[in-house]
Amino acid sequence: MRIDVTDLEDIALGATILGTGGGGDPHVGKLVARQAIEDCGPVEMIQPDELGDDDLVLVSAQMGAPTVAVEKLPAGHEPLASVERVEQELGRKADATMPMECGGINSMFPFAVAARKGIPLVNADGMGRAFPELQHETFNVYGVSGTPAALADEHGNTCLLETTDNEQLEWHARGLTIRMGGVAYVTDYPMSGTEVQNTAIPGTMSLAQDIGEAVRTTDLDPVAAIRTATKESIYGDPIQLFEGKIVDVRRRTEDGFVVGEVIIEGLGSDADATMEIEFQNENLGARRDGEWVATVPDLITVTDRETGEPIRTEALRYGARVSVIGIPTPQIMRTKAALDVWGPQTFGLETGFVPLSDS
Amino acid sequence: MNGHRLGIDVGGTNTDAVILDEADAPIAKTKTPTTEDISSGILDALDEVLRQADISGDDLEYVMLGTTHATNAIAERKGLNDVGVFRIGSPATRSIKPLLEWPNDLADAIGDDIAILDGGHEFDGRELNSIDESEIREQVRAFDHVDSFAVTSVFSPVREDHEERIAEIVHEELDDDIPVSLSHEIGSVGLLERENATALNAALTSVAAEAAQAFIDAMDERSIDAQLYFGQNDGTLMSVEYALDYPIFTVASGPSNSVRGAAYLSGIENGIIVDVGGTTTDVGALTDGFPRESSVAVEIGEVKTNFRMPDLIALGIGGGSHINIGPEGKVTVGPESVGYRLTEEARCFDGSTLTATDVEVAASDLDIGDTNPTVERDTVQKAREYIRTEVERAVDQMKTSPEPVPVVVVGGGSILIPTDLDGASKVYKPDHYEVANAVGVAIAQVSGEVDRIYSLDDQGRDTAMDDAKAEAKSRAVEAGADEDTVEVFDIQEVPLSYLPGNAVRIKVKAAGQLDR
Repeated sequence: MRIDVTDLEDIALGATILGTGGGGDPHVGKLVARQAIEDCGPVEMIQPDELGDDDLVLVSAQMGAPTVAVEKLPAGHEPLASVERVEQELGRKADATMPMECGGINSMFPFAVAARKGIPLVNADGMGRAFPELQHETFNVYGVSGTPAALADEHGNTCLLETTDNEQLEWHARGLTIRMGGVAYVTDYPMSGTEVQNTAIPGTMSLAQDIGEAVRTTDLDPVAAIRTATKESIYGDPIQLFEGKIVDVRRRTEDGFVVGEVIIEGLGSDADATMEIEFQNENLGARRDGEWVATVPDLITVTDRETGEPIRTEALRYGARVSVIGIPTPQIMRTKAALDVWGPQTFGLETGFVPLSDS
Repeated sequence: MNGHRLGIDVGGTNTDAVILDEADAPIAKTKTPTTEDISSGILDALDEVLRQADISGDDLEYVMLGTTHATNAIAERKGLNDVGVFRIGSPATRSIKPLLEWPNDLADAIGDDIAILDGGHEFDGRELNSIDESEIREQVRAFDHVDSFAVTSVFSPVREDHEERIAEIVHEELDDDIPVSLSHEIGSVGLLERENATALNAALTSVAAEAAQAFIDAMDERSIDAQLYFGQNDGTLMSVEYALDYPIFTVASGPSNSVRGAAYLSGIENGIIVDVGGTTTDVGALTDGFPRESSVAVEIGEVKTNFRMPDLIALGIGGGSHINIGPEGKVTVGPESVGYRLTEEARCFDGSTLTATDVEVAASDLDIGDTNPTVERDTVQKAREYIRTEVERAVDQMKTSPEPVPVVVVGGGSILIPTDLDGASKVYKPDHYEVANAVGVAIAQVSGEVDRIYSLDDQGRDTAMDDAKAEAKSRAVEAGADEDTVEVFDIQEVPLSYLPGNAVRIKVKAAGQLDR
């Protein structure tokens, strides 16, 4: 399957929905990917099972502050530089690239890498949504080492990391990102084709594209539109968790993250009920009249009730008419090992995982 | 001098004028058609209100002008400058070229003189790269044919040094008078949007100079020796000299002026303003007497910008809106409108188009036009219900709390709005509502603003806040405010995620009375 510049629009829109309120605005990433495809031609997107067992797959992502990302735009070579630094360390070229995060801006940079290097992009990722830190990866959950990893900046600086575990990778990479001016480009979790097949969440990029296309073209309500897209995927059917009007948004900074909650008063069939959604950059959990109805890792996305456009947490504001949509995640994201890495308690929510039912 | 103020609002259809006496009470008002040649329209309105007020031009101490010139120039791509566009931030930012997402005809209208040069800063004020003076001089000379420059440096809202230095070099190399727009004075963090706003600003300086000259000429023609001001987007004033440098800040002054005028005429400081024109209705929010600003990127001429603009919902409903009767008797209102041809085409003026005004005339037996049109009762009821629902919905969307709030209705089409709106604690239709725009610009204050990122670990929140407030106040005084009356009227704090040092973005606005 070939991905052209027009496809990027749909993928970016779908990635915002998969970003569950966070993951950064794909706009800047989309422009970078668009330029690469205009310069080098469309990108070949392949399925994980098309990879050879020993193929080398290297990911590409931006890490850092979304506010810096919209100001200090990339020079263009950074995503390639981090990939090439890891290639140099391993003594071989990447056979394919892949996103490590299908939600938000990181859905886009791998397309620039694929176009410029002339290698295919694997239709899969390691988060299945957006998450804030480098250990939040199925690759980590299922035993892949995050290193050797490399970070690159716009000046041509690269740093190679070898760490004792993947939490240490996050810790040191975060520090380097600050020194690189608040945004850096990372390549980590170098994998073989077999490792990708065993640990990655398959089909997430075509899911983003299908969701984007469905929401863009539909006359149906957003939930029905998204359902047409998830039907073809390993994700469950979307559920309208709530519809209502935002009556309060509280935000504060904790440990470098924007943390808070949004309160929604019910309308229509949800009249007289209240929903409260907690977020840490991304939406973490939703309570209806005090009862948990959805939590990480399942997807909780707030959308405009009229247009179906997803609303990122920084854009939530009083008065907006919204529809809260939940999407059940596939089993690979819900195992005990996965929940130990990104279950509700790892984010401080006082609940166990409340799986959205797939009926 | 006798302390009178003249407010003039040059809109697309009408030029409104109002004179306020020493106590800021309206004593004369007029609506005249806007003319192709701006000066003569201003003169017509000026003569009419001076006559009504029975004062001479010498009695005017301040004259304020609200105008849509800049807005129209962008919309029509007319009279725009050739602009030298400099982005300072290489090696960063090179992946996305300046003006990449502009409509082609608009980008063509300002020429193709674009360069990305070394320089810029990091979020914490460190240098991203140093500037290369010889590279800059060479590039400036290569662009010696342009009318103006736009300079945008990475993180200039944190450190403006590089932009300032480029401006000095342009003036040294070319001409002291060539306009140079610097992005830190125009927009906030978000490089592409700030760069867009800066380039648009640079494109507008000739149009602004022309409008300012027409304004000055009109005053000279009547030997009026008053201080002249332009209204700007946030509902405050800027001097004519400032407007020459920052014309982009006038593009949304119309709605802001009506919000401010509505606040003044009604005495309401917090609430919702509904401004009903001939074709559209703008619904805005009033916070402590000022328009609330939009939090999302605002598009001007299909170009994304991030500078200050009032938060508005525009409905396609006005006094001239068509009444559409669909299948099964479904009735909708607008968005098509007879606009300024209301007095020829509406039924109540013996025309053939059924308009929103006709519905009200028929329903309430109003004395508007030549005849009282016959409109089916069912249509009247459904059209009024449609307007009510649309307006109530917009009002509710603009509210900042669930409690009922005061709603102030102004503009020529105010009769369309019912006085018992859901969600309103009370609906006000103040005297002189039809010229609220001109009143708004006449009573406006002058303001200053600052928007910066602070590391609270370095200096503590109080010190950072004091620094921002002092800077905003001194900018207001610089713009002409009386120092004793300057007050901070808006503070916004945004935590910056992932950054260490407890970084926050603080945005402060201050405004004060013009010295009387």
